[in-house]
Amino acid sequence: MTLTDWFNKRKMQQIAARANDVKIDDSISKLWMLCYNCNSQLPKKDLEKNDMVCPNCDYHFRIGARDRIKLVIDEGTFVEMFQNIKGKDPLKFVDTQPYSERQKSAKEKSGLDEAVICGVGEINGQKAAIAVMDFDYMGGSMGSVVGEKVTLIMEHALKERLPVIAFTSSGGARMQESALSLMQMAKTSCAVAKLNEAKILYITVLTEPTFGGVTASFGTIGDIIIAEKGARIGFAGRRVIEQTIKQKLPADFQTAEYLLKYGQIDFIVTRKEMKEKLSKLIELHSNK
Amino acid sequence: MQILEFEKPIYKMEEKIEELKKLSVDTNMDYNDEIKKLENQTEEYKKELYDSLEPYQKLQIARHPQRPNFLDYVHYMCEDFIEFHGDRAGTDDRAIIGGIAKIDGRSVMLVGTQKGKTTKENLEYNFGMPQPQGYRKALRLFEHASKFNLPIITLVDTMGAYPGMQAEQTGQGIAIAVNLKEMAKLEVPVIAVITGEGCSGGALGLAVANKVMILEHAYYTVISPEGCASILWRDANMAREAANALKITGQDLLQYGIVDEVIKEPLGGAHYDPCAMAGELKKSLLAALDEYKNMSAQELKEDRYNKFRHMGVFEQ
Repeated sequence: MTLTDWFNKRKMQQIAARANDVKIDDSISKLWMLCYNCNSQLPKKDLEKNDMVCPNCDYHFRIGARDRIKLVIDEGTFVEMFQNIKGKDPLKFVDTQPYSERQKSAKEKSGLDEAVICGVGEINGQKAAIAVMDFDYMGGSMGSVVGEKVTLIMEHALKERLPVIAFTSSGGARMQESALSLMQMAKTSCAVAKLNEAKILYITVLTEPTFGGVTASFGTIGDIIIAEKGARIGFAGRRVIEQTIKQKLPADFQTAEYLLKYGQIDFIVTRKEMKEKLSKLIELHSNK
Repeated sequence: MQILEFEKPIYKMEEKIEELKKLSVDTNMDYNDEIKKLENQTEEYKKELYDSLEPYQKLQIARHPQRPNFLDYVHYMCEDFIEFHGDRAGTDDRAIIGGIAKIDGRSVMLVGTQKGKTTKENLEYNFGMPQPQGYRKALRLFEHASKFNLPIITLVDTMGAYPGMQAEQTGQGIAIAVNLKEMAKLEVPVIAVITGEGCSGGALGLAVANKVMILEHAYYTVISPEGCASILWRDANMAREAANALKITGQDLLQYGIVDEVIKEPLGGAHYDPCAMAGELKKSLLAALDEYKNMSAQELKEDRYNKFRHMGVFEQ
């Protein structure tokens, strides 16, 4: 096998993996990554140094909750809250494997207890309450725990009169908790209603990818809705829509740029400017 | 009337009864005892069958093409109904219908998803699958009701919000999310009834209510069993298993506190006797309205907040 063959094989694997939304875990992917956009092979170290943004084409790779917090919150100021809220398997749900086992392997895969981290921290010296979702825990899906933690951080912000920022990354509501997951959409949205009535600033940052039950609840009812560059955002999945309308959809369908064009979001930020933009927004809204 | 697969034994039995009746006329012989016996047997069989339906069978009743729809209930329950059209921004989404109604002498705002019974009707109502504009119309009517102190009743029967290109362009997710949030602020009682299919955010977008009720054979779920099966099992034919796993029936939902009341349907389902069904529904609605009659705007909002605040199961 020549080196070119090896790279090509790797590339094909990664493209296939992306289509199925699974990660391939081999020794190579620890050192090299393929840019999904410009197809260049990138040393992972360089990519990490660049906040997981492709230095060639500016493609924004998906990042986890911990990395997101590092990126936006001033070092040493983040205090995580509500870690005591942990998942259960209320419906004893079994598909091809039991939910309880899926929870276990999600924990191992992501190193997280659940699909959201909540807490308070400072953004360029300004205090804010944040909820950050992580796609690596069961596709960032929202079940009882995500709904509860998001609601709790909003209620905390209400009490302390802190601005709230939610960073979403989710495939939608968690099927394994069925209607209980559905109700988390109502619960979190009702909490946002309370923030509205108290006139507390609520900003949502939609990141790759945000779909279904999160798009249709706390994700898109920010006073300001921001999307990270290139993020895919929508209600129904692309495949479902194509099957329903029996048409091919445009390539840029459901991207941040597409949503901006159709007036659904306030603006798009790159990862580099995110912290600056958020702190500026908070500052501009705190006319005392 | 379309007969469902699991109902076929009943029709065989009823056919036999008819045959006997005919025979007794033709031959002038008295088969009354046999007929009576068979009729009793059939009745008993029916009761047993419909009492022990599995989720996937209930789902078929909930989706029955002759199941009473929103306008049927308006017809049977209301003394007056004036429909209000449109979202005031260019569209009148027919999948959601709403207006001011009088039920038992009381003015209410009645809003619901509308399904058709014929192909022509279904095209008009988009099979009961709303676009964002439908949710915005509904919200406009809710806010009107809140302003004029009219209790709100919603009847929900939808496969979900429509998954289309234009729906995404005009903010399907946002429209539903805004409804969830704004319904929390309404200053009048909100009563929601899942009358058929209660699928996903598309149903919830009309159901952030003080009281949520469901008809006996209706279902309420985060995703259709078919959708769930094709994602988790990677096989849409596993819908029956998915329906079991998702705990979609009123009886299950009552146990998890998702719904407050299950309203009994006529034997075999609402489509066997729409008028009687509407009567039962009306009774439950009037009782629910009474329950919230004396609450202040603030109390109503708190009641609604607390209801959803306590939903979810986790360790602490």
